Amino acid sequence: MKIYATYNIKGGVGKTTAAVNLAYLSAADGYRTLLWDLDPQGAASFLFRIKPRVKGGGKALIRGTKALDDAIKGTDFGNLDLLPADFTYRNMDLILGGVDKSTADKKPTRKIAQLLRPLAAEYDHVFLDCPPSISLVSENVMHAADVLLVPLIPTTLSVRTLDQLSEFVAAFHGRKPEVRAFFSMVDRRKRLHQEITEKLLAERSGVAATPIPALSLIERMSVERAPVTAFAPRSQAARAFRALWAELDSDDEKPETRAGARVIA
Amino acid sequence: MTPDLRGFELDGSPGGNGEAHDPVSAVLDVLGQSFGVATEHNAPGSGPRQHTWLDTFDWRLNRAGLVLEYEHTRRGGRLLLSQDSTLQAEQPVARWPASRPRLAGDLPAGPVRDQIVKLASPRALLPMAAAAGTVSITRLLNADGKTVARLIVDRSTVTRGDQAVRLPPRLTIAEVRGYPGPARKAARLLAETPGVSAIQHSAFLEALHALGRHPNDYSGGVTADITADMPASVAVATLLLGLLDTLEQNVDGTLRDIDIEFLHDLRVAVRRTRSAIKLLGDVLPDGLAASYAAEFKWLGDLTTPTRDLDVHLLGFDAMAAHLVAASPADLEPFRAFLTRRRAREVRRLSAGLRSARFRAITDHWRKALLEVRDAGRPPKRRVTAEDLALARTARVFRRVTAQGSAITADSAPESLHNLRKRCKELRYALEFFAPLHDPVSYRKVLGDLKQLQDCLGEFQDSQVQREEIHVLADAMLAERAAPAATLLAMGEITANLALSQTEARAEFAERFTRFAGPAGQQRFRALLTRPAK
Repeated sequence: MKIYATYNIKGGVGKTTAAVNLAYLSAADGYRTLLWDLDPQGAASFLFRIKPRVKGGGKALIRGTKALDDAIKGTDFGNLDLLPADFTYRNMDLILGGVDKSTADKKPTRKIAQLLRPLAAEYDHVFLDCPPSISLVSENVMHAADVLLVPLIPTTLSVRTLDQLSEFVAAFHGRKPEVRAFFSMVDRRKRLHQEITEKLLAERSGVAATPIPALSLIERMSVERAPVTAFAPRSQAARAFRALWAELDSDDEKPETRAGARVIA
Repeated sequence: MTPDLRGFELDGSPGGNGEAHDPVSAVLDVLGQSFGVATEHNAPGSGPRQHTWLDTFDWRLNRAGLVLEYEHTRRGGRLLLSQDSTLQAEQPVARWPASRPRLAGDLPAGPVRDQIVKLASPRALLPMAAAAGTVSITRLLNADGKTVARLIVDRSTVTRGDQAVRLPPRLTIAEVRGYPGPARKAARLLAETPGVSAIQHSAFLEALHALGRHPNDYSGGVTADITADMPASVAVATLLLGLLDTLEQNVDGTLRDIDIEFLHDLRVAVRRTRSAIKLLGDVLPDGLAASYAAEFKWLGDLTTPTRDLDVHLLGFDAMAAHLVAASPADLEPFRAFLTRRRAREVRRLSAGLRSARFRAITDHWRKALLEVRDAGRPPKRRVTAEDLALARTARVFRRVTAQGSAITADSAPESLHNLRKRCKELRYALEFFAPLHDPVSYRKVLGDLKQLQDCLGEFQDSQVQREEIHVLADAMLAERAAPAATLLAMGEITANLALSQTEARAEFAERFTRFAGPAGQQRFRALLTRPAK
């Protein structure tokens, strides 16, 4: 099971859009895929038309009184399941930090990794869509993830954020996630976007060559309530996400058959 | 990721208004009152699909509760093995000739092969039924337009040879994970729809029924339907007709050389027929049985050379694995020789089975037996099937005990060979009349007899095989097809066979005492005793 997490300290940079589309493409490639919407705003859940509610809330999941397995919902798409958001996730730091004695844990930064472990037999890929912040939640996500997908709007400040994040991860003891940045909401008409994109690609490793453009069709996802890769698969936006996914997935072994076929076998 | 599946089938036109319309659209109308409905184009699992259900001629998989299916879809072919409608294993297969037999041992490596190869070998997998059709998937949506369940419609036509039968559409409600309620509701709505009923049988059984077949419609065993008070002549004719059916059912597979068990079952049917003629033939009209005894001997002899070679080849790898001094590779010229010789013998056998003599035997024998069975003539002296069963079984048992008791450590091998023949007769006598015996007593007696037969079989087969290897070695030398290393390896095999024979001989006394000693006699008396009328 490979865990991807879309993360950025800033909001509105395209984390959820990327998580939703990449998870969809992973599933379409035949990987059994789970998307966990960790953002209490529940945007990913909304896009898949799934109510942002988990019985017992985040506390029940973290405590283990409700198995992660039981909260998972099937999406409209084969091979793709979603663990919905819940408004109680806004208190996730407190739950993870063990303010409540019953959830106190010796390793509060590893709790999400622990919770995901039993799902390894059921899923090939897990995508974590994280809320924007630096918190115990994001630290948990970084420890759980194999690949940290960082959407970058090509601005000087974004590059600085990426540097900070890379240093933070490098200071981890033991296992560290691979940090993979990609350009998001790129406006080719803006000279600054072009300059920063070219410079960073030339100077840095770990930055995906495929940029995700700023397109109104991507914004239409909230109207269509589906990944753009599903409702407009031939669009420029969909092509960009497919190219990005191809870059990310190029090292992985392809599944022999689409597990979706088993749904009706 | 595995959803709960609820299955239904359509028996005609739901709605019951008598108007001709697509029954599936009527189902969609019903579901459309509670859900949004949307066709899911190009969904995984939808589209054209071909199924071929496979089993051995004697239904070994079915008897073990397994269903093997070759499914061909847009994405290619795969073998699916299930038990109680639950998928046990699957493996992709390329270019599977689903319409032709294929030896189980020739299956490509994979989890399905692993699970069935021992069970099915040395038999071939045959297509028992085939269906072609399309699968369409409709999404059932909630008020948010979210898919909360799916309706899967499978429309298939079954084919076997020239027959084509359209099966009732099969409907399945597939649950979307995390939405059990809507799936339950959709299933309830379907169940309440006129013309829709719960699936009673698997698609395989439906396909077989549509073709007028049923699983286990062949068995190599004795299956004659005889009753205790049936006239003895009618019972024997019925029994012999059953054996003739088995014999004839195996002719085509033998001629096509599909697998070696066709010839084996054919030979057993011949042997049983010969034993029945010998033991029971006197109750048939004058001279009938005696006139066919020689013909069935000819038929038995016709099949022997091929079967002997089959036995050598079947046990070849096991024999080679037991070599200590020689290497298994040394034996390969011997295998090649056996294979060549077998091809020659199969041609002889086929010519015999296609001959006018063979056709005359089976046709005339059937006609004569049918006359006896259906004559309805009251026999001069009414002897019932049960009278005959008790008298003849007891007689053969007495012969077995007498011959076996006379065998000592110094007896010649022939005495054991003769006892083996008597034991076979006894086994057949028991099997012929099995429906007339108490099942518990029957199983006890048969169990002991089998143990004794195994021992005698090992003893004689080892000797026969040794003698045959000598003959084959001479033939190989004559054909200059015998390298020295091969002859040495064959010598080691004969030494191993001699060892097996000695071991079998050492076990004989104990096995015989178990079968025919005081306790065995008691078990036999219990089997043949009937309450006073």
